[in-house]
Amino acid sequence: MDKFSVFSSRLVEKSENFTSGHRACQGCAEALAVRHVMKALGRDTVVAMSTGCMEIISSPLPLTSWRVPWIHNAFENSAAVISGCESGMKAMMRKGKIPAKKINFVAMGGDGATADIGMGALSGALERGHDMVYICYDNEAYMNTGIQRSSSTPYGASTTTSPAGKVSIGQHTQKKNMAQIAVAHNIPYVATACSSFPFDLMEKVKRAAETPGAAYVHVLSVCPTGWRIPTQDAIKYGRLAVDSCVFPLYEVIEGEYRLSYKPYKKLPLTEYLKGQGRFRHLTDKEIQMIQQRVDKDYERILRLSEEEK
Amino acid sequence: MARTRKGIEVSIAMADAVAQANVDVIAAYPITPQTHIVEHLSEIVANGELDAEYVPVESEHSAMSVCCGSSAVGARTFTSTSSQGLALMAEIFYIAASMRLPMVMALANRSLSGPLSIWNDHTDTMMVRDAGWIHVFVENGQECYDNVFCGYRISEDPSVMLPLAVNLDGFILTHMIEPVIYEDNETIRKYLPDVRMKNALHPDNPVSMGCFAMPEIYTEAQMGREQGLLDAYPVIVKAWKEWGDLTGRYYRPIETYRTEDAEYCIVTMGSYGETAMEVVDALREEGEKVGVVKIRLWRPFPFEDFRSAVEGKKSLIVVDRAISFGGPGGPVALELRSALYGRPNAPAIVNYVAGLAGRDVARSDFRKIILEGKAKASKGETEGFTLYGLRG
Repeated sequence: MDKFSVFSSRLVEKSENFTSGHRACQGCAEALAVRHVMKALGRDTVVAMSTGCMEIISSPLPLTSWRVPWIHNAFENSAAVISGCESGMKAMMRKGKIPAKKINFVAMGGDGATADIGMGALSGALERGHDMVYICYDNEAYMNTGIQRSSSTPYGASTTTSPAGKVSIGQHTQKKNMAQIAVAHNIPYVATACSSFPFDLMEKVKRAAETPGAAYVHVLSVCPTGWRIPTQDAIKYGRLAVDSCVFPLYEVIEGEYRLSYKPYKKLPLTEYLKGQGRFRHLTDKEIQMIQQRVDKDYERILRLSEEEK
Repeated sequence: MARTRKGIEVSIAMADAVAQANVDVIAAYPITPQTHIVEHLSEIVANGELDAEYVPVESEHSAMSVCCGSSAVGARTFTSTSSQGLALMAEIFYIAASMRLPMVMALANRSLSGPLSIWNDHTDTMMVRDAGWIHVFVENGQECYDNVFCGYRISEDPSVMLPLAVNLDGFILTHMIEPVIYEDNETIRKYLPDVRMKNALHPDNPVSMGCFAMPEIYTEAQMGREQGLLDAYPVIVKAWKEWGDLTGRYYRPIETYRTEDAEYCIVTMGSYGETAMEVVDALREEGEKVGVVKIRLWRPFPFEDFRSAVEGKKSLIVVDRAISFGGPGGPVALELRSALYGRPNAPAIVNYVAGLAGRDVARSDFRKIILEGKAKASKGETEGFTLYGLRG
């Protein structure tokens, strides 16, 4: 029965725990994701955030957008910081120093903080199994510093440090699959989500928070600035990423795969790539090559998921 | 635990002190020569003798990050590291102070690479001299044990709220078996009650910590840190005084030995003070008017205490345990030179850098340093520094 959920926008938490007035770019789907994530988590939450877009737009001294206890420490260590918050609270509650209470411990970082510089800290925290949720907001490059490539930048994307040129396709490595790396830690809950599918996102964040132990949620967060798309199209491109199966939505619960959303009609990759400035230089042949890879990866998830059983 | 006197390895005594301090979180990564401290702590936790979370992190960077997180929620936090570990966590070491997160670190001093060396000197701690932590140096096992409690008392004081490092010489102290007096738990509780920190992270009182600063506010934030360290000074003095009143063992920011009528003094920091005292005793027998000045509090540096301790002396022979490459001397000598610069009748300062990476500095070496230093001072040879014991 838990496979089926009824979504109604009226049932969504009304209070804003990540408030308006922050300094995100117009059309930022990452800020939107944070807003929905915070609605799902509620007030009894401690957030540790990595340095990055979401941190600088939400916390210029003496202002803050956060209505929950929030800590930013450094770029690569939000998973370790939240480990400390969780351990400290756990010990103090056990010892009666503070009253016992269910609190969500949530670390958040961008794809650079997660897949690159903070990989060690994240792996350590997942392995130790703290009762925490790690949320990666993946906008597929170092957007905060000006669109430099990360290991999460997809093949073929032009960024400021992987520019397409006469002898380069742009990013010439495959996107690091962080969700699969999280799965390899044998943690009880891993999910992929996208802010274009807010109910699915909120549902997954809730499930991650309710799961005892470490959970990982990978959120594709469209960045109009970095992807070079019109600001009003952020939601559309999130949908296209999912509908073209470039970014399948799925959960891995105790090692069991479950596809969250199967597109009614799988869109061709070109639907997703065309219109994005970062892929403008790709030739039909190159797109065909990328399409094959997308198909292969999607088929693997399909195979693993219960839908195919 | 009743008050007892034990012959015990200093690392073990320090770990026992951490347990008596009733810490909530210990996060550490193994690195020589700090390992015995955290090994023993994990054992204490595993045996249920201390109710705490021992977080076996995957790097020192994460050790300090975990400590920041646990201190931010108000948990009493301990960590320990050395050398490369300190270097790896240096980024977060600075942030811990800027965020005013109380914690105590046992910093088992060891040389920095390269070449790789596991042995003792002060090059690691000097790297983080300007991070904004309180730095205390100890000489023996008893001082290690005592300064864990004093450390928390100071660090968690509402008017201080700064992390504190107890610097102990690697191997020379960590691996030494010494007599240490353990205080009973009641005394410890009285001196160091559990405190609930104001503005700890908790959903009942949401605060934002670690916000970023534009140039309009960064300068003021830095001044806040400077003022915080200055304000810590009276608290440190008071905490040591009260510990002395309870236990009979008093600590002071600058300590002196046979300096009253001394014409010149040897200045040390850390475990070398013990050897220096023995050598001074011997030289006194020979009629040398020499004393020892020991720096216990390195940050905030006690300028006034130091100046009054050396007032009227002809010369100071400063023994450093680290080099500032391309600079005018060891970090301690630099500090003392600037503390005295431009003062009328200030003592001349002769600087030796000795005992790098555990190179033994025996009593005979101290004797040589003192007598040679005295001669240099009288000849006015006070520029730069001498790397003591340099071969060929």
